[in-house]
Amino acid sequence: MTTSVQAPPASAPRFSAIRFRNGFLVSLANILLLIGVVLAAVPFIYMISASFKPQNEIFTFPVQIIPKEPYLDNYTTLIGETLYLRWFFNTAIVAVGRTTLSLFLCMLAGFAFAKYDFPFRRVLFVMVLASFTLPFEVVLIPLYTMMVRLGWLNTYWVLIVPFAASAFGIFLARQYALALPTELMEAARIDGSSELGIFFRIALPNLRPALAVMGIIFFQASWNDFLWPLIVLNDSKMYVINLALPTLRGPYNDQYGLVLGGAVIAVIPIIIIFFAMQRYFIEGIMAGALKG
Amino acid sequence: MASSSDISPTGRRYAPGTPTGFRLWWHRHRLTIIPYFYIAPFFILFAIFLAWPVVRSFYLSFHKQQGISTPTFIGLDNYLNLFIDPRFKQSLLNTTVYALGSLLLQIPLAFILAVVVNSKLVPWANAKSFYRLSYFVPLLTSAVIASLMFSILYDYNSGLINSYLMRAFGEEAKVGWVRNASVVKFSIILLLIWRFTGINSLYFVAGLQNIPKELEEAAAIDGANWWQVLVGITIPLMRPVILFVTVTAINGSYQIFAEPYLLTGGGPRDQSLSIVQYLYNTGFSYFNLGYASSIGYTLVTIIVILAILNLRFFGAFREDQ
Repeated sequence: MTTSVQAPPASAPRFSAIRFRNGFLVSLANILLLIGVVLAAVPFIYMISASFKPQNEIFTFPVQIIPKEPYLDNYTTLIGETLYLRWFFNTAIVAVGRTTLSLFLCMLAGFAFAKYDFPFRRVLFVMVLASFTLPFEVVLIPLYTMMVRLGWLNTYWVLIVPFAASAFGIFLARQYALALPTELMEAARIDGSSELGIFFRIALPNLRPALAVMGIIFFQASWNDFLWPLIVLNDSKMYVINLALPTLRGPYNDQYGLVLGGAVIAVIPIIIIFFAMQRYFIEGIMAGALKG
Repeated sequence: MASSSDISPTGRRYAPGTPTGFRLWWHRHRLTIIPYFYIAPFFILFAIFLAWPVVRSFYLSFHKQQGISTPTFIGLDNYLNLFIDPRFKQSLLNTTVYALGSLLLQIPLAFILAVVVNSKLVPWANAKSFYRLSYFVPLLTSAVIASLMFSILYDYNSGLINSYLMRAFGEEAKVGWVRNASVVKFSIILLLIWRFTGINSLYFVAGLQNIPKELEEAAAIDGANWWQVLVGITIPLMRPVILFVTVTAINGSYQIFAEPYLLTGGGPRDQSLSIVQYLYNTGFSYFNLGYASSIGYTLVTIIVILAILNLRFFGAFREDQ
């Protein structure tokens, strides 16, 4: 990234001592930043590289980032001898299901909070926001008991439904919906559109960026979830990837290649989303700070 | 996009034949009734799966319930027991150390990174965006994947870190990252620094970009050095972002679970046990549901108190929503 060094601005100090000092500081700062970048990337690169190595090569020293010959057995074993595909499928079903349900619930409600005036609007909204500060661990015990009663353990429902009504989601949806021009709705109403028609034909198409941002947030949250699946799933056929990965370590905690191969595949969907929808991904991550 | 060419002169459009009875009533009130239908699905799920369990958990925290037996009321006993429970106190201490690690190491580091990347020390625009992009790398992993990666890096005999230490300083330089009781908390903090410094830097960068350049330039022209600009202008203007990052980091640290659970299982000798893992063990290994609920509510209390202290400290009770 140093390929396009720009000329220093015209106002740069002329004295060579100052220029030298600045040049020194700039180099020092950038060297330190680059070390930081390397440190941030090392575990990631190490994971990818080791997943293409047999067990006995993973720990050879010094590390060979590019394996001598790519070793694919970790991946073939994962797919052929473990339930990995099933776990991947479970994780995907749950993530897509929860994202869809959450988007529907939050958009509809957030839109109502932003664009309609009705009794108890503020009270209801503040109630939802207040719940946002609660750590979700506080509901683990009663929620688990409820899932047992419902007979939902080891189902997809148990991962999709309970956390679909996201307080953060409704908050974001309302923020985005507030920006919708009310005149647009008025015009549609005058044209004889039904209220539901306004939601589907005017609000949703105009809120597509919000759908993308929130969709990414919900999807990633579901994809990365660990504690809740740990509690409500004990049938290995129903595992999600995060729950299954640690079990791949094997009885002696030494099947590193398998674990890392599984981790690499698990990260791929998130990486694809990141590069395909970078703008929305970043907006989603920043949403908490900027909208809050 | 609806065209507005066919608006009637009155601005209203009644169907041919004026509606009467229910239809008239509906026509008049639909705009206050329909929103309830819109929020109903959300609130039904919200009530069943959040509000009710929150209340139920509070109720349980004053009861003794072992497994699926009927709860018996025991007043404040659960909370009083927490005060003298050495394992709970250990988990509270550990978790507080994680929070302090975020507060004293990770957030300042993130702030410095953001200031440097945003300053003239990185004069090239595409270098700036390269650094910012690389902050995202750790965010693409989950806590589980990060923990598994680090458990391999931390391996005592052949992990990457110990291999380098051994090469450089000899056999005795090896560190028991996940087995030495006095090191484990630091190992966890290191993992947290890896995962969250980038995102917090991004928050700071966004905050820095919102500060009008003229302010800092004017101060510099008036003879303020970079340190005076930083302390006198940048940091005060960054208060909302600093508050957000601090509150989020404290919340996150107190709710940490996967990292210690997967790296060390909470050990050795409970030295890395987190509050949430203690709650998990109490509830789902010992099935002591009442006691586990009281741990949950203690966690709520801690988080709420710390959030209020933060708001006070940063003097930010000026929400305009």
